[in-house]
Amino acid sequence: MTTWTMVLLIAACALVTWLPRVIPFILVKSVTLPSFVMRLLAYIPICILSALVFESLFTEGEHMTTVAWLNFGAFIPTLFIALWTKSLSKTVIVGVITMAILRYFFA
Amino acid sequence: MTEPIHNEKTFFDGVKDCLPTLFGYISIGFAFGVVGIASHLSTFEIFLLSLLVYAGAAQFIFCGLFVAGTPASAIILTTFIVNLRHFLMALSVAPTFKKDSMLRNVGFGTLLTDETYGVAMTKLAQGQRLSANWMDGLNMTAYLSWIAASVIGAVVGKWIPNPESWGLDFALTAMFVALLILNLQSTPKGKVTHYLLLILYMGIAMFVLMNFLPGHLAVLISTLLVALIGVLTEK
Repeated sequence: MTTWTMVLLIAACALVTWLPRVIPFILVKSVTLPSFVMRLLAYIPICILSALVFESLFTEGEHMTTVAWLNFGAFIPTLFIALWTKSLSKTVIVGVITMAILRYFFA
Repeated sequence: MTEPIHNEKTFFDGVKDCLPTLFGYISIGFAFGVVGIASHLSTFEIFLLSLLVYAGAAQFIFCGLFVAGTPASAIILTTFIVNLRHFLMALSVAPTFKKDSMLRNVGFGTLLTDETYGVAMTKLAQGQRLSANWMDGLNMTAYLSWIAASVIGAVVGKWIPNPESWGLDFALTAMFVALLILNLQSTPKGKVTHYLLLILYMGIAMFVLMNFLPGHLAVLISTLLVALIGVLTEK
């Protein structure tokens, strides 16, 4: 049974997710951003995509960041396929299969 | 590519451009459904999360926090911080659609995800012109497959003990790797070294920041920091 508390909790999470997603669209529509900000924004795609990759390659360690070796092991062939095929779907399939094999043997 | 470049991209072009990412959406969505059931959420709650929150990482974290009995306020705050990166993404893609109506812009923002953002920015980097219909096609395809996959995952979840052992969770990382490479590939020749250097800085920043910050905060701060370095060091 879904309680009202749960529905409200999900709705609140939806709201705090929605606001940062739409506010920039509304903002940009009404004001022109300064050119410095526009130049900064041009670097966001590369930075954020690599941040998301690095986030999965590292683990927040007890005392120090450590390399997530299993993910790193799957990352190498994934990167190779991405460079070689330039294909999203092939990269994802190879990544998932490599990870499944690595987990079967090492986890 | 035979069509002339000034041809307006249609809704169905958007659907088609979403197809390569679908395997990723479906595997992660499915995995979310399975994890949700394992975290004692009901199928309906899993459906609601995918329908309303629609943010992969945050939904997994929601499950983890919920099953650990975390107070609601902490769950909401964590969700907010985890998804705050969308603010940067939205800000960088929004100028493309400045000419479209406010309502459509709100629509683009509502359905913005890491992957659709990645696809849109890759197309832009390749010099393609994006239309509002194209964006809607891309977004709707991703949104509907996400909801469908997570509900299917929830329904069959009782019989599947551990989606991690299938490597499905790695689909997300693999997708980011491919999008990053596709983006780099479309960078003007003279700028590639600059970008590669920035990626190196990102690696260092993430490694250092993750010593004392949770990963999602490290993502935000290092992105801002390195984008700033990017502007200051460009020629």
